[in-house]
Amino acid sequence: MGGLDDLYQELILDHYRRKRGEGSLEHPSVAVDQHNPLCGDEIHLELGIEDGVVRDVAHTGQGCSISQASVSMMTEALRGRTLDEALGTVEHFRLVMHGDEAADEDRLGDAVALEGVARYPVRVKCALLGWMAAKDAIQTYRGNGNGDGDDEEA
Amino acid sequence: MHTSAAIDVAAIKADFPILGRSVHGAPLTYLDSAATSQKPAAVLDAMDAYYRETNANVHRGVYELAAEATDRFEAGRDAVARLVGAPREGVILTKNASEAINLVAWAWGVRNLRPGDRVVVTEMEHHSNIVPWQIVAGITGAEVAFASVTPGGELDMDSLRGLLTGPVRMVAVGHASNVLGTINPVAEVARLAHDAGALCLVDGSQAVPHMPVDVPALGCDFYAFTGHKMLGPTGIGVLVGKVDVLEGMEPFLGGGEMISDVTTAGSSWAQLPWKFEAGTPPIAEAVGLGAAAGYLAEVGLDAIRAHEVDLTGHMLDALAEVDGITVYGPRDPEARGGAVSFSLPDIHPHDIAQLIDRDGVCVRAGHHCAKPLMRVLGVGATARASTYLYNSREDIDTLVRALGNARAMFK
Repeated sequence: MGGLDDLYQELILDHYRRKRGEGSLEHPSVAVDQHNPLCGDEIHLELGIEDGVVRDVAHTGQGCSISQASVSMMTEALRGRTLDEALGTVEHFRLVMHGDEAADEDRLGDAVALEGVARYPVRVKCALLGWMAAKDAIQTYRGNGNGDGDDEEA
Repeated sequence: MHTSAAIDVAAIKADFPILGRSVHGAPLTYLDSAATSQKPAAVLDAMDAYYRETNANVHRGVYELAAEATDRFEAGRDAVARLVGAPREGVILTKNASEAINLVAWAWGVRNLRPGDRVVVTEMEHHSNIVPWQIVAGITGAEVAFASVTPGGELDMDSLRGLLTGPVRMVAVGHASNVLGTINPVAEVARLAHDAGALCLVDGSQAVPHMPVDVPALGCDFYAFTGHKMLGPTGIGVLVGKVDVLEGMEPFLGGGEMISDVTTAGSSWAQLPWKFEAGTPPIAEAVGLGAAAGYLAEVGLDAIRAHEVDLTGHMLDALAEVDGITVYGPRDPEARGGAVSFSLPDIHPHDIAQLIDRDGVCVRAGHHCAKPLMRVLGVGATARASTYLYNSREDIDTLVRALGNARAMFK
């Protein structure tokens, strides 16, 4: 089995089998699509934002175990964060994936289990797909003229 | 080791140094030759000897070294020309097959396509035979139309015929699909294209390495392929063109080598094939490609094809035993090449490729640069195992065992 144990550990496979946040929101504040041109993975991500806080996260799409587990873990890591905190968490995860920061469990929750993906450069893009969608979604939300204290639906 | 009637696989494997290595402690089982082939010692040695013994720029120097370099470079072209039965002046050396197709799209397409003209491709094309046409269509106002693929993975000839009406100017079709393995009836496509008043380009990247191809006999106007899938190095591809069609075309890229004269008032072009070869060419790569063509000719493309039909039949049978598997493309090994795409329920192709790598098995996972075909198949990605002359039936059995191991992981 060798070095693949950390890539396919039980927590990751559990999120892959039982994806948290899979589905759609009734009234998303913002929705974005991201895809990985390398492997064809696709994700549709929706955020429910109220008072500048990420209240709900939902996703649909298709992808490998790493990309699907990662977005599942992300829904738990981002829920309840302010938009700035959420962007900071996304950036932290990105740096972890590039081996530039040690994973902080307080910020990432189960997604700390993905730290080992950093050793598989081809798979880093899989792990980042959902998180880049979240960053895009928050920036899109703000770009649509939503202040952080604004609970209007975009 | 299994030896088909056609090929002594053990002897062939011994010619490829890389096939002696291991990966993660397992012997290398290389089943990704549709992406790139491995290289025999004959190719490596020819390129090494070129750099060690005769390196100089070609078609320029008057000294002995330059003459030898030019001879070896042009001998590479001759070996490729012989392999596909084409006259040497119609054999243009490019960077890869994509550049060969871009050459036609730009040098012919930009000057000949008009608004409303039609370029016909197929849904099973590699992006390299789609995107150049879309770019040039965007410039000229022409449209790109896609002939359908049947549910069985074959080119829908009725759909193709339906598009060959009105101002159709070019039909660009792959000889063998890199995803489905399907071998298309390109001689018939060329005839239909000509009947409709169009030219025909064939992308032979997945055909020339694996079967006898006599380009003039196919009747197409252009035939593109790449060196690195046929035992040669990366960095070199080939466009075979009908000489009279090439004569009537303006150059693609401008620069050194491709001119007859340059004045401040303008320039005139070199003879074929050099008119289409701007700048210092891939010299060592041409030497390597010549050695590869020589190696293929010596083994014999009839024998290679017979061996791969045997391997593909074994692969289709062996994969059919895997629980829940979906295998794409024609079922008849005689009707297809050795690129076999498949998917498993509950394991994404990317995970399949990663997990079987620990058993030393190399397969491709993804969209295979054929996203329109992926949409037709209704999948985002597939896994693909592809064979070549150095593969044995045992390699395929190793793949099937590794798939079982991957499966156990996801249970």
